[in-house]
Amino acid sequence: MTGFFTLFHKELLRFWKVSFQTILAPIVSTLLYLFIFSHLLESRVQVYPGITYSQFLIPGLIIMAILQNAFANSSSSLIQSKISGNIIFVLLSPLSYFEFFGAYLLASVARGLLVGLGVFIVISQFYEIPTQFPFWIILFVLLGSMLLGALGIIAGICSDKFDQLAAFQNFIILPFTFLSGVFYSVFSLSPVWQKLSYINPFFYIVDGFRYGFLGISDVPPHLSLTAVIAFFLTISLLTLNMLRAGYKVRY
Amino acid sequence: MIPAIEIQRLNKSFGNLVALEDIQLSINQGEFFALLGPNGAGKTTLISIIAGLVLANNGGQVKVMGHDVVTRYSRARSLLGVVPQELVFDPFFTVHETLVFQSGYFGIRRNKAWIDEILYRLDLADKADTNMRALSGGMKRRVLVAQALVHRPPVIVLDEPTAGVDVELRQALWAFIRQLNQDGHTIVLTTHYLEEAEALCQRVAMLKKGKIIVLDSIRNLINKIRDISLQLCLACEVLPIELIKWSSIKQNDCYIFKIQDYVEISEILTILKQEKIEVLEMRLQEPDLEEVFIRIMGDKSFSAT
Repeated sequence: MTGFFTLFHKELLRFWKVSFQTILAPIVSTLLYLFIFSHLLESRVQVYPGITYSQFLIPGLIIMAILQNAFANSSSSLIQSKISGNIIFVLLSPLSYFEFFGAYLLASVARGLLVGLGVFIVISQFYEIPTQFPFWIILFVLLGSMLLGALGIIAGICSDKFDQLAAFQNFIILPFTFLSGVFYSVFSLSPVWQKLSYINPFFYIVDGFRYGFLGISDVPPHLSLTAVIAFFLTISLLTLNMLRAGYKVRY
Repeated sequence: MIPAIEIQRLNKSFGNLVALEDIQLSINQGEFFALLGPNGAGKTTLISIIAGLVLANNGGQVKVMGHDVVTRYSRARSLLGVVPQELVFDPFFTVHETLVFQSGYFGIRRNKAWIDEILYRLDLADKADTNMRALSGGMKRRVLVAQALVHRPPVIVLDEPTAGVDVELRQALWAFIRQLNQDGHTIVLTTHYLEEAEALCQRVAMLKKGKIIVLDSIRNLINKIRDISLQLCLACEVLPIELIKWSSIKQNDCYIFKIQDYVEISEILTILKQEKIEVLEMRLQEPDLEEVFIRIMGDKSFSAT
């Protein structure tokens, strides 16, 4: 297990050493989203009865920051290691692909958690945030960041250049998060878009996470949980298979 | 005794390009072995397959200390230390952190004493807390060597470790590696400096277009080329008739005789003595590995098709 813990520790240090960029910056941008949207929409939009728009928006923004940073962590770490070539030090070691997967995944979770916690702490100074079911909150944070961490590993391994990774981020991750119901309830959408939302894994993460705060959600939390677990298992299996075969890493 | 590295029926192709063809090679424990060949001959690919960085075509087998590099990769890799050719490093960390992490990847938690010793022996002790980015190329190269040694591997593979390294460091590096070899480590290296291979190694394999075309001890290889050049500067206008049987080239006042055996030197000198010709200067040029290398690489009969 020493190998696994070492790689995990290295991955933690990697983002911690540049925490200004990896933790503080996303916290600031999330706060900007919150202040602007709540200022504009607070008096005009009410998604669920008895809940202000800010209260609706805050969980969505927190989980969006967590997901984006979990993805950014594993994907950018891997592509940097691949491009600079220092991934060779891990490849030369007896570390198994399971350990490799676990270390990158957990480091992604850790960064997601830190960003999420940071956003939560700052926002709670300004807004009253209800936390109805903390267990569900933690469950969806963990599963969501694990799913995005695994997706980040796939993106980092598949990309050969930074702009390929940027494409992955801008054309897949960003639209999927923005269209996952962070800013709205899917019931406000037309039936077609509503149906499309149901195949978006991020929708279930956001909806389940929000349930933990508000006790209200678009779909039942158990359904979201099942969907997220299913997505996570599928993506993990795919990732592990890629790593085992050495896809794009061992030629 | 189990060979340090054993390669059987190894083939590797990248698409249509055949990088390695039917490689058979066994390197004994404790050996100091050189892989030579021009750029693109397949040396790095071969090393990468031994290290598990590149996967060979089906059918072949590569073992490190008896452990298959694919099916028992964990054992095989923990017995192998590799110094890569490229100057790669992780810009986030210091020299010391780099070595602590590398030890950890190999499952070694407390490695301070050994890390300190490697740092000292590679003259890196005062750079331990310097960020990798701030090191010169030579220093980075030393860190690569240090990284390959953190887990005390019995087999050490160095891919052009002295490329772009100044003379002083090269000497120090070789002294260190020779010491490792004397301590029982098996050393495999690739280099473009043939005098290095000649000075250090016992056996060489020469690769050309993905095939091993020569596998022999350096002594045998050099002995095969029995062309010795004897350069004599003589106090005479014309060569004595007895010396004509040796082909010679005249350069200014000196003659270069091609001889096959050292006995011929005394024959030539005896004739000169009889003719009372004074020898002003004498130089002997023996074939070296470079000569062997150039001949073999230039020889069409060795070409791999």
